[in-house]
Amino acid sequence: MTKALRFHWNNFLKYRFLLKEIVRKNVRLQYRDSWLGMAWTMLQPLLFSLVLAFVFSVLFKRSDVGGVPFFVYLLSGRLMFSFFSDSTQRAMRSVRQNAGILKKVYVPKYIYPMGNIISTFITFLFSLVVLVVIVIYYDIHGGTVQGIHYDHFSFGLHKRVLFAVVPVVILLVLSMGVGLLLSSISVFFKDTEFIYSVLCQLLMYFTPIFYSAKEVQIGGGDIASWQTELLKKILRANPLYGIITIFRNSIFCSPGQIVTEFPGYYSFAQLAYTSGFAIVMLIVGSFVFYKVQDKFILHL
Amino acid sequence: MSSYAIKLDNVGLRFNLNRERVDNIKEYFIKFLRHQLYYNVFWGLRNVSFTVQEGERLGVLGLNGAGKSTLLKVISGVMKPTEGTLEVHGELAPLIELGAGFDHNYSGGENIYLYGATLGYSRKQIQEIWKDIVEFSELQDFIDVPVKNYSSGMRARLGFAIACMVEPEILILDEVLSVGDAPFRAKSEAKITELFNKGVTVIFVSHNMEQVQKLCDKAILLEKGQVVANGDTESVCAEYVRRMKAGR
Repeated sequence: MTKALRFHWNNFLKYRFLLKEIVRKNVRLQYRDSWLGMAWTMLQPLLFSLVLAFVFSVLFKRSDVGGVPFFVYLLSGRLMFSFFSDSTQRAMRSVRQNAGILKKVYVPKYIYPMGNIISTFITFLFSLVVLVVIVIYYDIHGGTVQGIHYDHFSFGLHKRVLFAVVPVVILLVLSMGVGLLLSSISVFFKDTEFIYSVLCQLLMYFTPIFYSAKEVQIGGGDIASWQTELLKKILRANPLYGIITIFRNSIFCSPGQIVTEFPGYYSFAQLAYTSGFAIVMLIVGSFVFYKVQDKFILHL
Repeated sequence: MSSYAIKLDNVGLRFNLNRERVDNIKEYFIKFLRHQLYYNVFWGLRNVSFTVQEGERLGVLGLNGAGKSTLLKVISGVMKPTEGTLEVHGELAPLIELGAGFDHNYSGGENIYLYGATLGYSRKQIQEIWKDIVEFSELQDFIDVPVKNYSSGMRARLGFAIACMVEPEILILDEVLSVGDAPFRAKSEAKITELFNKGVTVIFVSHNMEQVQKLCDKAILLEKGQVVANGDTESVCAEYVRRMKAGR
């Protein structure tokens, strides 16, 4: 056991430069031929959120969620979710995409899904800059929500904002687990790619990106209908919900803002559930990948 | 005790050939539940044992489908043997189908790093030989151009330059000695001879007996995944000719 571990560790050390090279390549090539280059990592989510915020504010008269301007609420959820869906989808395709190399040269196979997750993570970190800027802007200039003007929102300029690192790390671990699992399955069944892209779409609607889980309601006036309770349970079972909620609570936290469903900015149960889920997923993903990787070559 | 570079002991590689191709989940589950997943067992390699000493040059002969490429894949670690053991001592670089590791949107210079990393070398090692690679491949003027705009000859030259310049301890050659135009071919042959003289261990796969006789000091002959002759180049080549004639 220890011998095998040492072998894999040494092998990782030998190929760590390849991992770096793949990350560097993916980050560099993503926007290479575009005029604005890396600025797109920030512009794209910004424009996407602006469009959605415009649609919602015009059509549904939506201006805020629990006191957080709708546009900022949307952007924070969308950034987190699109990191998850982009990175797992890229990881899923990576083994097939590099079939040409894997058939000719020995390379530790996990390098490819991992490299894709990490490179997406780096562009995700770049895109977070735009969120930081907006949060600081609202903090300094304030804004108007539901006709009431706030001098400042005190979003981010407190110590709690540092806690936002925790949900981001949980999300990274979760994406690695899911990415490894998907990439190993998709080598054997190409269907996985199509199924997963549809599943991602479904998952997006079941993740509170442009709504709050608090306001979910099925049926008319009866707030406590069993369908509503069931739907809320399903929503809470989604680890992305917990991760995004913890993330939002740590950046938008002032007494006036009640995005959170509980007192304090995170609940221990939610933190334990999401991090536990992510770690179990990573273990399952690595185990499955490790078990079937020698058969990849026969199916590529 | 003599030191060997590669040692194969009773290596076998089994393929399960599906009688029908099952590559979607629905079919797989139906067949799995009905116990209808039949395979034809096929041994790509069987009972292959040989040793290559350090600095030795081994030629691998055999007709199409004899298992030559499969053997190379097992030695380079791409495929794991189903049975038997394989030991490799030293850095190994395959020179098979050059340019498989290139990214077409990346420039030639960047691809040197990427390809070198794929072969398992560190940034520092590649930095040291980067200039030599560019010079050898004669691509100085095009090194910042994306590889997608290269001609196939330029691509092959770059791939060859990288694989040779890293100076591996074990070199795997799969009939790639015909790269580029005549001057470059002469240059690459000279480079390979230089590597040979430095005492690199070589595994050379070819149909071309003349090349094998020229380059190798030992040879094996594969037939249907088994070693049917093993020894000095002359006798193995003679056996190869005899079997080819008998086959006709």
